[in-house]
Amino acid sequence: MADSVLIKGGSALLEPGRLTQADVLVADGVIRRAGKGVRSQAARVIDASGCVVAPGLVDIHAHLREPGMEYKEDVASGSRAAVCGGYTTVFCMPNTEPAIDNASVAEYVFDRGVDEGLCMILPHGAITVGRAGEVLAPMGEMGKCRAGVKGFSDDGSPLVDAEIMRRAMEYARTMGALIISHSEERSLSADGQMNEGYYSTFLGLRGIPPESEEIAVFRDIRLAEKTGARLHLAHLSTAGSVALVRDARRRGMEVTCEVTPHHFSLDESALMDYDTNLKMNPPLRSRADIEALLEGLSDGTIDAIATDHAPHAPHEKETEFDVAEFGVVGLETCLGLVMSRLVEPGVLSLEDALGKLTAVPAHIMEMERFGYRARLEEGEPADIVVFDPSAEWTVDPRTFKSRSRNTPYAGWGLKGKVTHTLFRGTVVVADGELVGAPETATLPARDEASTASTARAEGTKAKG
Amino acid sequence: MGNDHRHLLAIADLGREDIIRLLDSARSFAEVSARPVKKVPALRGHTIVNLFLEPSTRTRMSFELAAKRLSADVMNFSTSTSSLSKGESLKDTGKTIVAMGVDAVVIRHKSAGAPRALTGWVDCSVVNAGDGMHEHPTQALLDLFTMRERLGGLEGLKVAIVGDIDHSRVARSNILALGKVGAEVLLVAPRSLLPEKVEEMGARVTGSMDEALAWCDVLYLLRIQMERVAESRFPSLREYTLEYGLTQTRWSRLERKPLVMHPGPMNRGVEIASVVADEVESVITGQVSAGVAVRMAVLFELLGGGHGG
Amino acid sequence: MSFKARAKVLDADDVSRVLRRIAHEILERNKGAVDLALIGVRTRGVFLARRIAANIAEIEGSHVLVGELDVSFYRDDVATRRANNVGVTNIDFDVNDMTVIMVDDVLYTGRTTRAAMDALMDFGRPQVIQLAVVVDRGHRELPVRADYVGKNLPTSGNEKVKVSLEEVDGVDMVEIGEEA
Repeated sequence: MADSVLIKGGSALLEPGRLTQADVLVADGVIRRAGKGVRSQAARVIDASGCVVAPGLVDIHAHLREPGMEYKEDVASGSRAAVCGGYTTVFCMPNTEPAIDNASVAEYVFDRGVDEGLCMILPHGAITVGRAGEVLAPMGEMGKCRAGVKGFSDDGSPLVDAEIMRRAMEYARTMGALIISHSEERSLSADGQMNEGYYSTFLGLRGIPPESEEIAVFRDIRLAEKTGARLHLAHLSTAGSVALVRDARRRGMEVTCEVTPHHFSLDESALMDYDTNLKMNPPLRSRADIEALLEGLSDGTIDAIATDHAPHAPHEKETEFDVAEFGVVGLETCLGLVMSRLVEPGVLSLEDALGKLTAVPAHIMEMERFGYRARLEEGEPADIVVFDPSAEWTVDPRTFKSRSRNTPYAGWGLKGKVTHTLFRGTVVVADGELVGAPETATLPARDEASTASTARAEGTKAKG
Repeated sequence: MGNDHRHLLAIADLGREDIIRLLDSARSFAEVSARPVKKVPALRGHTIVNLFLEPSTRTRMSFELAAKRLSADVMNFSTSTSSLSKGESLKDTGKTIVAMGVDAVVIRHKSAGAPRALTGWVDCSVVNAGDGMHEHPTQALLDLFTMRERLGGLEGLKVAIVGDIDHSRVARSNILALGKVGAEVLLVAPRSLLPEKVEEMGARVTGSMDEALAWCDVLYLLRIQMERVAESRFPSLREYTLEYGLTQTRWSRLERKPLVMHPGPMNRGVEIASVVADEVESVITGQVSAGVAVRMAVLFELLGGGHGG
Repeated sequence: MSFKARAKVLDADDVSRVLRRIAHEILERNKGAVDLALIGVRTRGVFLARRIAANIAEIEGSHVLVGELDVSFYRDDVATRRANNVGVTNIDFDVNDMTVIMVDDVLYTGRTTRAAMDALMDFGRPQVIQLAVVVDRGHRELPVRADYVGKNLPTSGNEKVKVSLEEVDGVDMVEIGEEA
């Protein structure tokens, strides 16, 4: 077994919600064995004792800036950042230049990911052409192209016109697509720089009221209920938004939503020194909003944790606050923040937290169509992260693999450090260091949904 | 000053003692402005840059005069003459200024927090001469100076601030400064001109001008701008005058006249009737000369030694 | 830093004698009190000037003008010295063509006197400026000389001379000692 890897002695998420002491044997890009006391003449053994072994993390919401803004990030640098943060699948937002609003741009981005070969890069498509909020983008064509686009969003800016959102949902429903809502009522948030409240008043910065998000969340929930479209709400930040989702669920609606690490780890009071690394949209909210997000996470209202990784160049952040760009990088700090701020204080069990970082987002994005379920089961693609849940480390942006450094977490001590990342069975991160891309990446294409079952059959054969 | 003795960025950074000391020191500088030779050599050999990236003749002149009366060399760098209008960043401008070897930058900027950001890019003192809707600390100091000289003290003083509080850095600095020296502040405006949770800055709020007039020792009128009508903050200047203007009728009805102040320039006939403006003009021009004294005190304290060390 | 006294140089009676003598000398040198003004250099110089003025009034029966001068803004060491709180200057008369006698407690390097002269000149052009001090302790760094000296007191550089006055310190005396 030339390229086989045995991950030995870790606490493995063999099935959702349950960590067990187990070994995981990987060969030919798939998981061959997973269970207690796996014996093998593996070419490489990773000692995972004391570590957690989980499916590679899935980020449902990142900005990789390619094409058009490669000075901030590109698919290659974004891929490197991703695997160092434990991610093996990254969905990237279409607010590029040009926007990902047609099949050729979507395939370009997807192919760049394949070229880099460190992880899966799957683009979301724009809802409207050029993200201009006027004419529907070809969802059908993007869905059928090599990139297999499933999620559509005008993220970065909201879809202002409710009628266009309604028609987009109707069309998306027919195409089997998912609408991802960047919920923001712009007429309330225009020129806003931070959460509206005492701190915005004190600092003299234009506020973004929570209602700007909540009105849009309400609008899109109602429209999705009316149209029967599948709706995913991006980066929820307010208590009111969580309540709206909870109510919709109670009515039996199948809406999903995500929260970012910065919204549950930082509040608006952090802005007192006008640090532009804390400028993001939606903005950092109040203490009470954080409490509601934590409650939503723990009671299951909030399905997934996404980074909203938004790289920006130094000159776009080292400037006046109201001139600075919105956004924060997140791929390389997300796991540490989840471990330190959710698992450590007991907001989420480790198992639940891992679910919100892996299987749940994979399911929201219907990755089953790629034969991918983000599970450590025999025959599944071997996308795996190994991390030490108790290892403490200090965030040093200079070590980031991302092209950008716009993080508010510099100097923070975090718990939970990635030691190994495997993508399709190849070790791409070893002992916390980037090793490199596999020479022959076996990325499943949309029409190769049978790959997994083939692999499973082979796995059985090898075992026997 | 306050937390960082090299800069004056915000009243929020100052303690009560800092404010009182500056007001005391401003009194000595007011005396300098009354001399036949209105100039002392205190800051001879120091260079001060007035970096005014938002048009303001009055404050710039006041700072320029203050610096010159302390014998400092002054360079003026304003929007029309600067490369910032050509897209140079504030950071690069700051670096350029550092390379010129200046001792202090007095900055006026439309963006809240710009002076604080500048402190990270320069190695000299930074004085905030007004940043966006954030603060205008020297204006608040000169206002307190004027109140103290005219009314004898600040503690327990009842100050009503009338007008567009939301857009006003002058209001924010005054609310904080007056709070620190033990004065009471009442904000007078419709809710649409008040920022969120402004009460938490330590002020009461009313929508009634007449309630304020009956209560206050000092009536501080802010300049109201026509643009706010387009933003639906209030219906018209006419209605503003009706509800919140210091009209002749309101003024003549008052048995006990408060000290009327205004940061200037006044909109006669809008926030204050012209006849009333004439009557109270001496206080408002007094604010202007107090401005020079206060700014001398600030520059001297930051550059000339003064308190500390 | 505080002052540690080693010896008393002048007691209360000595101080009052010295001030009386200086008053006499001023009148003698200037042939009376016509166009005469005393300007005290803050802080103690102000009280010394007032006392000398009172002596002159007693001796000559004429009233001399007294002003107060704060030299903080004129010092040549503002950048390094970090002055104490700035005091008020109060000269509410015209110094042009007057005979102005600056009064200070101790004459040492001469820098305070230089600053005081600069400050004074900004108020006008006196006919004559003279200097009266209670103690001249030497160590001049500028070409300055006192016209009226209460006591010449040879000192070393690390010694310190402290003049205490009733109005500020509750007692009149002059001591020599060190910084402790």
